Amino acid sequence: MKILDLSAGDRDFLAEVESRSGQNLKTCYQCGNCTAGCPYTFAYDIPVSQVMRLIQAGQREMVLNSKSLWLCASCQSCTTRCPNEIDVAKVMDVCRHMARESGCVSERTTKLFTDAFLQSVETHGRAYELGLMARYTLKSGRFFDNIALGPTALLHNKLSFKPHPIQGKEQVARIFERFRKGE
Amino acid sequence: MRIGVFICHCGSNIAGTVDCESVVEIAAGFPEVVYATDSMYTCSEPGQEGIITAIHEHNLDGVVVASCSPRMHEPTFRRAVERAGLNRYMFEMANIREHVSWIGKDKAHNTNKAADLVLMAVEKLRRNRPLVAKSFTTVKKVLVIGGGVAGIQAALDCADGGLDVVMVERDQSIGGKMAKLDKTFPTIDCSSCVLGPKMVDIAQHEKISLYACSEVESVSGYVGNFSVTIRRRATYVDWTKCTGCGVCTEKCPSKRSPDPFNEFLGTTTSINIPFPQAIPKKAAINPDTCMKLQKGKCGICAKVCPVGCIDYEQQDELVTVEVGAIVVATGYDLFDWHKYPQYGEGRYPDVITSLQYERLLSASGPTGGHIKRPSDGKEPKNVVFIQCVGSRDRSVDRPYCSGFCCMYTAKQAILTKDHIPDSQSFVFYMDIRAPGKGYDEFTRRAMEEYGAQYVRGRVAMIYPHGDQLIVRGADTLAGTQVEVPADLVVLATGVEASQGAVKLGETLRVVPDQFGFFVESHPKLKPVETNTAGVYLAGACQGPKDIPTSVGQGSAAAAKALGLLSKEQLESDPAVSKVNVNRCVGCQKCIDTCPFGAIKAVTDRMGRLKAEVIETVCQGCGICTVTCPQGAIQLEHFTDNQILAEVNALCPPKMNNVSFE
Repeated sequence: MKILDLSAGDRDFLAEVESRSGQNLKTCYQCGNCTAGCPYTFAYDIPVSQVMRLIQAGQREMVLNSKSLWLCASCQSCTTRCPNEIDVAKVMDVCRHMARESGCVSERTTKLFTDAFLQSVETHGRAYELGLMARYTLKSGRFFDNIALGPTALLHNKLSFKPHPIQGKEQVARIFERFRKGE
Repeated sequence: MRIGVFICHCGSNIAGTVDCESVVEIAAGFPEVVYATDSMYTCSEPGQEGIITAIHEHNLDGVVVASCSPRMHEPTFRRAVERAGLNRYMFEMANIREHVSWIGKDKAHNTNKAADLVLMAVEKLRRNRPLVAKSFTTVKKVLVIGGGVAGIQAALDCADGGLDVVMVERDQSIGGKMAKLDKTFPTIDCSSCVLGPKMVDIAQHEKISLYACSEVESVSGYVGNFSVTIRRRATYVDWTKCTGCGVCTEKCPSKRSPDPFNEFLGTTTSINIPFPQAIPKKAAINPDTCMKLQKGKCGICAKVCPVGCIDYEQQDELVTVEVGAIVVATGYDLFDWHKYPQYGEGRYPDVITSLQYERLLSASGPTGGHIKRPSDGKEPKNVVFIQCVGSRDRSVDRPYCSGFCCMYTAKQAILTKDHIPDSQSFVFYMDIRAPGKGYDEFTRRAMEEYGAQYVRGRVAMIYPHGDQLIVRGADTLAGTQVEVPADLVVLATGVEASQGAVKLGETLRVVPDQFGFFVESHPKLKPVETNTAGVYLAGACQGPKDIPTSVGQGSAAAAKALGLLSKEQLESDPAVSKVNVNRCVGCQKCIDTCPFGAIKAVTDRMGRLKAEVIETVCQGCGICTVTCPQGAIQLEHFTDNQILAEVNALCPPKMNNVSFE
């Protein structure tokens, strides 16, 4: 196991997570209630209570590279149970943003799917399922993962061959534009 | 007048951010100041000697000390000037520590403010006059409110010390929470075996009178001379005749009365004696469930009672006692765990509190000392203990540690193994707090010798599965989620201030903190005193406490009461209100506003109504002085002239374009 140099902890990381989430993470006393209630602990590489501990210790790299960030379903169990009233789900959300910004998303396919989804929304004003799936499958190279779902979805009329543009899709596209300009 | 000013450095506490030498220089120029100096620690022996020497050498007749808050050291300095031959009220204190040096960092501003405060004190002192305390006799009797172990100890110590004691207990029997416990940590000795004899002593001590089923209704008077009204609730049994034979409880047909002594685990009869060792061992009727009192039919207890002590017509009775001191030992309540959704909010009968578990363990409990779970009476194999339920949790407004749950949980894990050798205990904890003598060794024994499995983490969910409960929690040391199929879940419910503590506090003029625990006079040096003279605290009413600490505090409170009442006479504070009869118009507004009933109306020899202050009752609060439309009633040592002189010192009249000349 890697030895953490606590003196080399990144204090700015804690401050940044705190200011962006509006939470006081110094109140966390590691009771473990968040981990105890989390329905995804089985899949996490770092349980959520330890994510909180690593943020306190300023371990930016370990937190932002964690797979747990991307497996979190934002179900808010952790937030509901926290005795110190920390919005833990919000903290996970902030960490996801910071991971994307620093380009260290550990779950590649999750990022690809999110990107494909957002691109679809930008182009059509809403999700175009077939286009989304095609883009995701091509980019990820996972051709056979979801193929079995195809016929069922088609039969239930859930996959259209043509996108359904919405009214005002230009405005939606402009939201993306404004975001990129950083407005 | 010849005034001396002493500026204290308080080490670096004051001198660190106040230029004390400059304050001395400025103060030397104040009116009537003939001597000014500074010292390192004015409260120390040489510091006090310095004051006394200066009084003699410079022929001072008034002294100002600029130092800390008067709470701690005003009495110290008053004694010092008295030793030098001055009247102790010819002394003033300026607080340049709490009000200046500790709160500001700017040395120049601090120095100015300190000088201003000294000037205010000097201006007030110029208008002080010598006051002489009056003395009064005391009642050699103590009221103890609450008959738990702390109150019992306080009562016995006071009585053994020669004082008469009146004990008031809200419940039907004394003993409090300790009487409900099975065994006590860290020695595993039987709770009722060690408490029982003390309870009997209360009943048999010739100097103690016990009022059970009673509450304090009102308190008036002052230290040494309190007048207390006690409400004795109707028990519908004449306790002067009842022998506690128990025949009525056997024959009572109404058997579904809630049983608070057994923490509502079972039911009891409407007329009952709560437990075999109850003191007083007298029966009482629960009027809510008694068929005779509810519907007018039954009356069996009256028929079977061999001494004819049942009285369905009994009413509440008010009793007034005069006491010299009061010990408050009202104890604590348990946190209502139903606020937590994760423990089922009461849906699962096999999730119980630790005190309910004590009753299951106790031989006098509803199961006769066999651990049977409430749902089906089966003996549990896997027992899960969850600690910190309502402790250290800001989200339910209980941020404090209840202190003794770690220990009783370890005890219950040990007893579980003793009762059921093939059982396994699991303890979910956050931190183990075991700082007492032999305490940490005790928790280690629970783990090492009795095999209790301690899991560091919280429980997020309890749900039923077959006839078991699945407890899902975290093991933060392993960094994983854990599950236990439990037969019984015991919640270590935290400590809360006793219900009614706030109301009692108002009656006694004792301040509760934000959680309802009574505030002691000083957190370190006056742990059992309150800010009301003659009222002392013992046990968990002041904050969560285990048995040894409660007993220690009971004795400490008794020592304080004995010390107070060992004096033949007490001195009253002469800083009380005084009526100028020439100006009083007899409007009696002061009588209406006085919270202590210290002012009475008298008729002078011309037949005119006048107010008169009862000096020993007046607490010097000053409400009457601001009420009087004539300015006829003045608080000695804090007259309008003295307070205005202080204000004028701070804001000289010419600056406000107002002339007071």
